[in-house]
Amino acid sequence: MRVRRIIAIARKEVLQVVRDPRSLMIALLLPLMQMFMLGYGVNLDVSHIPLCTVDQEGNQQSTDLLKRFSASRYFDVRAVATTLAEVTRQLDAGGCQLAVVVPRGFSRHLADEGAATVQVLVDGTDSNTATIAAGYAGAVIAGYSNQVQLDAIHRRGGQIQTLTPVSVQSRVWFNEDLESSYFIIPGVVALVMAIVGAQLTSLTIAREWERGTMEVLVSTPVTPLELMLGKLFPYFAIGLFDAAMCLALAVGWFHVPFRGTLLTLLATTSLFLMVVLCIGYYVSVSIRSQVGASQVALILTMLPTTLLSGFSFPIEQMPRFVQGVTYLVSARYYVTILKAVFLKGSSVVELAVPVACLALYAAVLVTLAARSFRKTLD
Amino acid sequence: MDKPAGPPIVVDRLSKRFGSFSALDGVSFDIGRGEIMGFLGPNGAGKSTLIRILCGLLRPSSGRAIVAGIDIADDPEGVRQRIGYMSQKFSLYGDLSVVENLRFFGGIYGVPSRLLDERIRRVVEMADLQGRETALVSTLAGGWKQRLALGCAILHRPAVLFLDEPTSGVDPGSRRRFWNLIHDLSDDGVSVLVSTHYMDEAEYCMRIALIAAGRLIALGTPHDLKQQSIGGELLELECDNLGAALDLVAHVPGVKDAAVFGNALHLLVDKVDPTAAAVRARLAEHGLPSARTRQIAPSMEDMFVHLVRASRTATAGAAP
Repeated sequence: MRVRRIIAIARKEVLQVVRDPRSLMIALLLPLMQMFMLGYGVNLDVSHIPLCTVDQEGNQQSTDLLKRFSASRYFDVRAVATTLAEVTRQLDAGGCQLAVVVPRGFSRHLADEGAATVQVLVDGTDSNTATIAAGYAGAVIAGYSNQVQLDAIHRRGGQIQTLTPVSVQSRVWFNEDLESSYFIIPGVVALVMAIVGAQLTSLTIAREWERGTMEVLVSTPVTPLELMLGKLFPYFAIGLFDAAMCLALAVGWFHVPFRGTLLTLLATTSLFLMVVLCIGYYVSVSIRSQVGASQVALILTMLPTTLLSGFSFPIEQMPRFVQGVTYLVSARYYVTILKAVFLKGSSVVELAVPVACLALYAAVLVTLAARSFRKTLD
Repeated sequence: MDKPAGPPIVVDRLSKRFGSFSALDGVSFDIGRGEIMGFLGPNGAGKSTLIRILCGLLRPSSGRAIVAGIDIADDPEGVRQRIGYMSQKFSLYGDLSVVENLRFFGGIYGVPSRLLDERIRRVVEMADLQGRETALVSTLAGGWKQRLALGCAILHRPAVLFLDEPTSGVDPGSRRRFWNLIHDLSDDGVSVLVSTHYMDEAEYCMRIALIAAGRLIALGTPHDLKQQSIGGELLELECDNLGAALDLVAHVPGVKDAAVFGNALHLLVDKVDPTAAAVRARLAEHGLPSARTRQIAPSMEDMFVHLVRASRTATAGAAP
């Protein structure tokens, strides 16, 4: 192996990237665009649920109850309806996702029987959001219900005895505010790195075949390993730069807390970069057209990373068979590592298993990529 | 560059099959130091296949070849270090400048850094590329690109140079200039194997190998080939109705072969002296009285047409 040759190839590759607008866009613009699009687009927090209220009672008590909804940050009152037909229209049109109906006789039932009902209608199309929204509505109403009870005791001049035999004191660790973006953004970084990394290298060998430069290159003494190393180095540097950019955005723009060490981050990101760069390189060797190779590289990285890495869909919730498949997705390990490094501040030692898996993955792919290129035309 | 003891190129019964198609069939020859060997043949005859095997781009189906003193099967990388190759299709980096291309190939071939600048300067001078050092290669005209491609192929001072139809698509002036460069390299001891389908270029070669349908059908100096392989004398015949004349003269005793060349017929005859008169008489008998005949020296094209035709009728191998 001659270092001269590796440097010659790396230098040539850098010149070509700098002069090729398409490569430059993939290297610099694509990661930024994806970070913002996915960072804002993928959000599992349920808040500002569009709400429709119907007040058939129309007295102080019903107004008090509905005020609690408009004061909550989880609900936005979009419509105040007078009839149930109107509520149906709102839910059908999708203008509102949830409706609260205070029935006529609400106060009378409360006074006479000490119990009244409030109707909550939920658009269940998106079952996950619907469940959460109904839960929030229940909590708002329960809060009001408690208040009513306390007021009644007061009026009777009774002693207020707040006795709760067993109470739950839950403390949330790692993501104290339960912000979904805190665990999604690190996953977005992994997704962006996977797409960009494989895109960068998917063009590199295919370009030589397409432009006819490969014919002379294979007649020179350069070895397949030298060619691969020379071609990967510049993209590795670009990849690390992109990673730094994405991680800086995650912390500086999306305010994800970073509790780990930069060294852990650098080491694991380097491993993941090797994996995705080699995927792109392997595809580029196998498919001798730039467009074809770029498409295949996109599908090979984006689909598994989006669906099977646990970046937004929890792996534990998947069917057992699909869970098994996720072990073949390199991003699974990197997503696990990133979330842990960001939120828990885990070290390489604590992450030994995913780091080892990622290292094994990288070793296999480097070997595959190095052996894929043959210096003959037949 | 270490000097090989024997001839720089020895090709011994080399064959290449692609499936059932035989692209090369038992080709043998050798090339001396500083020799320019031209490979002439119709498209698809196997010229490019032969060059690609000798450069190590294709593996032969059978046979042996020694290039720059090294068996291509034993040490293909060693061979590659000692050869230069210019492919049929232009294959430099269009998005790199002249000097960037040279620097790249210098690095790939491991030209020592302290020598590289001087080598690049000399190649630029030799290839007449001064003033264009920083121009992007894609902006250069055909002749310039081709001289730069040659420059990139000789930067590491190879012992053997392979040129696969290097002058296709280049204007005549540039072609002449290019051949002058080839002769300079040959004077320096570089062995050159060049394929072409320009007959006039074959005259620039020291020896010519004729290839048809994967077989070597003639080998020799341009002069010898023209004289010997034709096996007779050549008569040019100008008359009105070439088609009719072709049928008529074919049956005149002493005429061995006849073919249309431009707006005349070329006849291969045993002896010009009695046959020319017999031919004119036969044409006059059949209403073509104004035929003119004269003896001509055979051209490269005559030889080529004759030999290819002879090889088609022969069933056995025609290699000399």
